[in-house]
Amino acid sequence: MHGLSFDIAHLLAGGLVLTSFMLLYQDRLYALLNVFALQAFVLFLSVAWQAYAQGAPHLYVTAAIALVLKAIVIPGALHRIVARLGIHREVETIGGIGLTMLAGIGLVALSMVVILRATPAAAPLAREDLALSLSVVLLGLLMMVTRRNAVSQVVGFMSMENGLILAGTGAQGMPLVVEISIAFSVLIAFIVIGIFLFQIRERFDTVDSRVLDTFRGERS
Amino acid sequence: MVLIADLAVQGTEMLLVLCLAPLLTGFVRKVKAHLLRRRGPSLIQPYRDLLRLLRKEVVLADNASWLFCAIPYLIFAATWVAASLVPTFATGLLFSWSADLIAITALLGSARFFLALAGLDAGTSFGGIGASREMMVATLAEPAMLMIVFTLALLAGSTQLSNLAGFMLSPQIGLRVSLGLALVALLMVALAENGRIPIDNPATHLELTMVHEAMVLEYSGRHLALIELAASLKLLLTLSLIVCVFIPWGLSPAGSGVAERFIGIAVYLLKLVLGGFLLALFETSIAKMRVFRVPQFLGAALMLGLLGTLLLFVSRSL
Amino acid sequence: MPSAVGALSATATVITLWCVVGFLAMAFMAVAACVLCRLRDPLPIVSSPDVSSLANGAQPQHNGTPFIYGLCAFVSLLILAAALASLLSGAGGGEVVLPLGLPFVGAHFRIDSLAAFFLIVVNLGGFGASLYGIGYGRHEHEPARVLPFFPAFLAGMNLVVMAHDAFTFLFAWELMSLASWALVMAHHRQPGNARAGFVYLVMAVLGTLMLFLTFGLLAGTVGDYSFSAIRAHPVSTPLAGAVLGLALLGTGSKAGLVPLHVWLPLAHPAAPSHVSALMSGVMTKVAIYAFIRLVFDLLGPPDWWWGMPVMALGAATAVLGILYAMEETDLKGILAYSTIENIGVIFVGLGLALAFKANALPVAAALALTAGLFHIFNHALFKSVLFFGAGAVLTATGLRRLDLLGGLIHRLPVTAPLFLAACLAISALPPLNGFASEWLIFQSILLSPQLPQWGMKLLVPTVGALLALAAALAAACFVRVFGIVFLGRPRSAVASEAREVDRWSLGAMTGGVGLCLLAGILPGVFIDGMAPAVAALIGARMPPQTSLQWLSIVPVAESRSSYNGLLVFLFSALSAGLAAWAIRRFGSHVTRRAPVWDCGFPDPSPVTQYSAASFAQPIRRVFGGLVFGARERVEMPAPGDLAAAKISVTRHDFIWEGIYEPVTRMVLLAASVFDRTQALTIRHYLGFVFLALIGLLMVPALWS
Repeated sequence: MHGLSFDIAHLLAGGLVLTSFMLLYQDRLYALLNVFALQAFVLFLSVAWQAYAQGAPHLYVTAAIALVLKAIVIPGALHRIVARLGIHREVETIGGIGLTMLAGIGLVALSMVVILRATPAAAPLAREDLALSLSVVLLGLLMMVTRRNAVSQVVGFMSMENGLILAGTGAQGMPLVVEISIAFSVLIAFIVIGIFLFQIRERFDTVDSRVLDTFRGERS
Repeated sequence: MVLIADLAVQGTEMLLVLCLAPLLTGFVRKVKAHLLRRRGPSLIQPYRDLLRLLRKEVVLADNASWLFCAIPYLIFAATWVAASLVPTFATGLLFSWSADLIAITALLGSARFFLALAGLDAGTSFGGIGASREMMVATLAEPAMLMIVFTLALLAGSTQLSNLAGFMLSPQIGLRVSLGLALVALLMVALAENGRIPIDNPATHLELTMVHEAMVLEYSGRHLALIELAASLKLLLTLSLIVCVFIPWGLSPAGSGVAERFIGIAVYLLKLVLGGFLLALFETSIAKMRVFRVPQFLGAALMLGLLGTLLLFVSRSL
Repeated sequence: MPSAVGALSATATVITLWCVVGFLAMAFMAVAACVLCRLRDPLPIVSSPDVSSLANGAQPQHNGTPFIYGLCAFVSLLILAAALASLLSGAGGGEVVLPLGLPFVGAHFRIDSLAAFFLIVVNLGGFGASLYGIGYGRHEHEPARVLPFFPAFLAGMNLVVMAHDAFTFLFAWELMSLASWALVMAHHRQPGNARAGFVYLVMAVLGTLMLFLTFGLLAGTVGDYSFSAIRAHPVSTPLAGAVLGLALLGTGSKAGLVPLHVWLPLAHPAAPSHVSALMSGVMTKVAIYAFIRLVFDLLGPPDWWWGMPVMALGAATAVLGILYAMEETDLKGILAYSTIENIGVIFVGLGLALAFKANALPVAAALALTAGLFHIFNHALFKSVLFFGAGAVLTATGLRRLDLLGGLIHRLPVTAPLFLAACLAISALPPLNGFASEWLIFQSILLSPQLPQWGMKLLVPTVGALLALAAALAAACFVRVFGIVFLGRPRSAVASEAREVDRWSLGAMTGGVGLCLLAGILPGVFIDGMAPAVAALIGARMPPQTSLQWLSIVPVAESRSSYNGLLVFLFSALSAGLAAWAIRRFGSHVTRRAPVWDCGFPDPSPVTQYSAASFAQPIRRVFGGLVFGARERVEMPAPGDLAAAKISVTRHDFIWEGIYEPVTRMVLLAASVFDRTQALTIRHYLGFVFLALIGLLMVPALWS
């Protein structure tokens, strides 16, 4: 894979990192969900391009799943939940957006140093994909750590997942369908748990999970 | 002989930017008006305004100093010199190597430095508000601009704009995510540098959030004319910079004939029309943001620039 | 002594040594003169030397002052000429050994190209400060506290640069520290100065201790402390890292590297202004000289990672220094903090040079080192002018607080443009010299992809971003300084009645600004002048610049980048002139004075202007929360309540609170513990001695 096809793959993978930063930058819930949908769409493009470039038709399935589930269904569902519950539309951040983005830049640099030093012999595309996908994963994790709101935590988790998929498609020769389906079951499980937790929190009018313990009678 | 021809092209370029600048401002205003379904002022209204201002007397605040009167000339000079160093319709101009992209940024920085001083000179609260906010914007916009320069320079191996444009035309450039990031960051910085919506509103007075207009509040007559002209020049310069780096097609290289020069000018005009239209479209479709939201916006531009630089190292050549 | 010297051919060294002797003689002369004066006419002890009496009214006359300063200026000029000759001729003078100091070792002196460059910086600053002192020193109330130490300070700095063995170096270093300490304490009764002196002393002692350890490690088991011997026996690799750390601590504490900078913003403003200029503009550079001498010259070939801590510390220093300056409201305090910023910029250049040198990229290393040295020279110039300007403001008004000044451009018509030019230079704006050197540093940063280490590749652009941030903040900071002090309306009665200062002060400032402009529009000449010093340290130099067309500078290759200060300057002047001419020819030139407009709501009270604190507020809101933990609290009275609204800001100095306060507490705790050992019986003390002896004997017994 050379020249233009490499460039396009690189562009799309870089776009994924960019959308991760856009996720970190948002301070409104709806905008956050829209950007997440955008990220899933970029992921779809990226995976589809890899499927075309590598001539690996099974990747089209992955791409389709990304498009349908992550770019359309899940953001739509989250939209509806946010609207129905009428939660606070502002995303509460810990430490401010600027600081988070600064940390994000540091994470990108870190993942690049780690991957580029660890894989001098690998194919350039796999190397670069791994570096970028590790960045996306770390950025997703950062988002989960620095956001108080459960919805944005779910979004952070799913963007982490996007990074994993990118890594899986970039490294040629992986049994992808298996990987992806497992990843998806984890994902769905997390969404269910996340939303559940979130609804319970809404019912108790608090985000403090200790209230749950009290309710169950485990703590007086 | 060659020197004379080069001088002629350089002189044409300087005159061209000077003459086109108010037209661009007028064009953007006109398009904005049309988008709002108004008729809007005539395209040449900015020229009329300038001429009228030039003929009017200057009303100087009682405690304004000599610096206050000198600053419009200094701002105009710095902006004009910077504008004449950006390749508009031709690359490899006679003096284009006398300052690179970093120096152009710094020249605009000088203009801003003086403008902020002018805001403080009369000793009013409005001037102070404008000056302090302008410097806040600058503290983020300038590093963001430099990070964009870094991205481009690391890629092209040069900070000279002519060489940069040449590199962007060469086949080795390819599609790069860093360039995309740099473009987005550059657009954000350009909006801030020129005080456009959503950072500042160029059409407003008497609004507490204004920045540029607050600094020039005490200016009148020929001084105001120079400052307005410098502001128009700066808009033209920024637009030229963006099109020169990211749409470099049609630039006539050094030593080309008269016909090629004219094609270059025509293409340049076309690009300006396109750029002005997009700017107007963007400005009408977005609301102005709170002042203290601006640092986040520009911080994002800075981060994008830095990210662009870092991502260069995972692309193929570096 | 002359017989030992006479045989040697190193004329420049000898001349400089004689000049240093001259400085020392002047110091003694000043002491003698002051003692005589005191004997003849005993001064009443001044009980409250308040600052405002420095202002125009009282002008104590001292005949000795111009004499001493004039002599200092003359001697500085002599050394300057000698150093210039030795730098340009490229002849590294031979070593001069004087039978002073330790027996059988002697004191070694040598002026190589690096020393010559720094001698130029030192004596250019010294010349300017002496010239300024002729005028400024007249307002000094107690010249006996300044005059003896000023020449001694100059002598100390010159000796540090010339010293060529560790003992002489450390002796001169201490002479420099102590003389400057005495000058900091010149006005010791003013509030805060005593504390400044104390903190300075502690930090100076700490720095010297680190340098002692550095030289100890460098000399190693050979035990020969002359620089030539150290150079001949480079230390082993793991030890070299330790030496680098110690050298950073030792010289960084003098130069003002964060987090060792705490004394600098206290001590530099406390001294008289021309001494502040020397301390900020020159003494910090002597510390950097020590760093260059230790790390580039004596320590042997660098490891690849050495550049990393130097660069990272430099970048952090640059940003933090200028953010502190943005928060400061004392004029000289701001200048001191801005010195910290520039030290950071210089260290970034040095760190880059180390990284390039370690990776065998001599051309890039030469560029980075040249950029660093050029910035050293430039900063010495414009910081001196700025401190002279601050001194002029102090002389004219007796005030240093920004919030009491204002409108001085009308009262100080010559100082104001000179100060403005220095502000432009330090804000790195073309066509002045600050921009030229920062441009070179940015150019060397752009060469970073040549470095093979991934960490370096990613670190250097980040450092570049921080430098750009520092440069932009510096511009904001100096808009604030000039705008609040010189523009607007006077905020106090004293400020509205200021009078322009004397010719000597103005002359010193004019000369400095002239050199700033010259170095800005003809940087090639200065770069070529520094080439021998760079070549001696790196083994390569930047391509010669003066022979280039149109006198532009091209650091690497013409296709890469070029800058022509002269053309930019001429262009700007031409366009401004053209605009002025066109307007005069075609437009109106009627001017009418009228009350200020201010959107129709002007308020005659000068308090309604933007103050220093309000100017800094937007930037504090952006960066302050992160860097200072700054919190604003607004108390808005309820509607109908006539009470005033209040805004209060709380800030933290995390470095002071996080490092120095715990250390202070620990020292106090230890002191209270050891306090008990102060009143023991003689038997106990004998017991301590006995135990110490046994302990020492145990060491060889167990060592095997």
